Amino acid sequence: MSLLLDLFTIVAVSGGLFFFLAGTVGLLRFPDTLTRLHALTKADNLGLGLIVLGLLPQCPDIVSALKLVAIWALVQLGGATASQLIAEFARRGGGER
Amino acid sequence: MTPATLYGLCAAALVAIGLFGLILHPSPLRKVISFNLVGSGTFLFFGVAARRGAVAGFLGDPVPQAMVITGIVVAFAATALAVALLLRMLESGAPTVDGPPEQPDDLSP
Amino acid sequence: MSLAVDLVMVLLILTAAVWTILARDRRDAVIAFIVLGLLLSLVWMRLLAVDVALTEAAVGGGATGLVLLRACARLLPVEADGALPGLRLQVAVGVLCAVVGACLAAVILSPPEPAPSLAPAVAAHMEDVGLKNPVTVVLLAYRALDTLLEKVVLVLGLIGVWALAPDLFWGGRPASLRAAVPSGTLTFLARVLPPIGVLIGIYLVWNGADHPGGTFQGGTVLAAMWLLVMMADLGDPPETRALRLRRLVAVGPALFIAVGLAGFGMADGFLSYPPGYAKPIIVAVEVALALSIAVILGLMVAGPAAKEPDQ
Repeated sequence: MSLLLDLFTIVAVSGGLFFFLAGTVGLLRFPDTLTRLHALTKADNLGLGLIVLGLLPQCPDIVSALKLVAIWALVQLGGATASQLIAEFARRGGGER
Repeated sequence: MTPATLYGLCAAALVAIGLFGLILHPSPLRKVISFNLVGSGTFLFFGVAARRGAVAGFLGDPVPQAMVITGIVVAFAATALAVALLLRMLESGAPTVDGPPEQPDDLSP
Repeated sequence: MSLAVDLVMVLLILTAAVWTILARDRRDAVIAFIVLGLLLSLVWMRLLAVDVALTEAAVGGGATGLVLLRACARLLPVEADGALPGLRLQVAVGVLCAVVGACLAAVILSPPEPAPSLAPAVAAHMEDVGLKNPVTVVLLAYRALDTLLEKVVLVLGLIGVWALAPDLFWGGRPASLRAAVPSGTLTFLARVLPPIGVLIGIYLVWNGADHPGGTFQGGTVLAAMWLLVMMADLGDPPETRALRLRRLVAVGPALFIAVGLAGFGMADGFLSYPPGYAKPIIVAVEVALALSIAVILGLMVAGPAAKEPDQ
């Protein structure tokens, strides 16, 4: 059982890391603000989501598991708001270099 | 090489880079940012000293750690005051980078 | 393997630092500085100093970054960005700075043996005071005088910022923090986040006695929530002459000084706590300090008064 959980953690965290890598490549390679933002949100949502999901079975108690979920939810809220703000700014024609 | 030594060398580089900007940038705001860089490097030295002083079951010597916490907050206060000063200086029409080059003495190390 | 992670961290930090100095646009420089602050808080985690990591992320990157970004926005039309002066001067200063850096590196590479440490002295104090977080013990018991003086510096800094207001505006409200164009998304965040943020701030202060956290970290989170509300235009900065505001600024340092003076009568001298009551006294001082820090940090970001006081 413990082996199975460890395996789950490894697979999920690796998946999360893959999405972070893909998001970073997109951030560096995509042509304009909105597509770069798209790449970034993938890393935030799926990458962090998978890492938190993978770490949940490793938590010693329910409180630390809840803390992990709270961190994930707060990053979602902050990331979504920041992306919206950047997108609004970009649509008004700011930030183009 | 231990991680603490590595970060100590990084701190030395941070101080050097910050000093470079502090001396060369004509714009007061860039000087303030550079000075903060020197400060960050100095704090990191304290972190290395704290990590090396890890004895008696502690992860690090808590005295330098507490001093860095105090230092970070004081550095923030100094930055806020410096920024308020330079904004006021510009509002009152004092010459800045567009005028003759000047070196504010209060920001030099 | 572990050292490879540290090496990557150092490379990232040096890149951010060089970018901070060499960026042409000053806003790019500030953003690089904020990135550097976040990277440094990760370094503090690697150095196992969790309290410092929290402070660096909240104050070093967050609050300082906000002050600098605001300055950029207000400087934009006025001040041209200065390019670096001629190449010859750059090389000369570069050599000078490299020498300074090399001297510091030499100091790091020849550490004293055994490494000096005050940890045993702190451990003796921890038993007297009854707290489990050594950094809090240093801040509020072992070296409480430093912390008290630092609070006084914060109050003096705020008075200095306020003193830059023109005579006409003395006692009025600071310039509004709201964004140039109102955004529904920001307003939404400013309605949803503060209840959670205030809870986290209180948790950090309360937890600071025995676990990483404390007055600075908690107070900064509280200040951030206040600033978020002001940025989303859900509340104006308060008038700097308001008596309630000034009392909030003073309550933390005043209580700290009062407790310190009481130490003459009830314990061994200034800033010593009567045995057995140390923990409740420290927690009370921490709560008052966190309130004051939150208000002072918020007001320092808001800046000097920029409007005439209401009649």
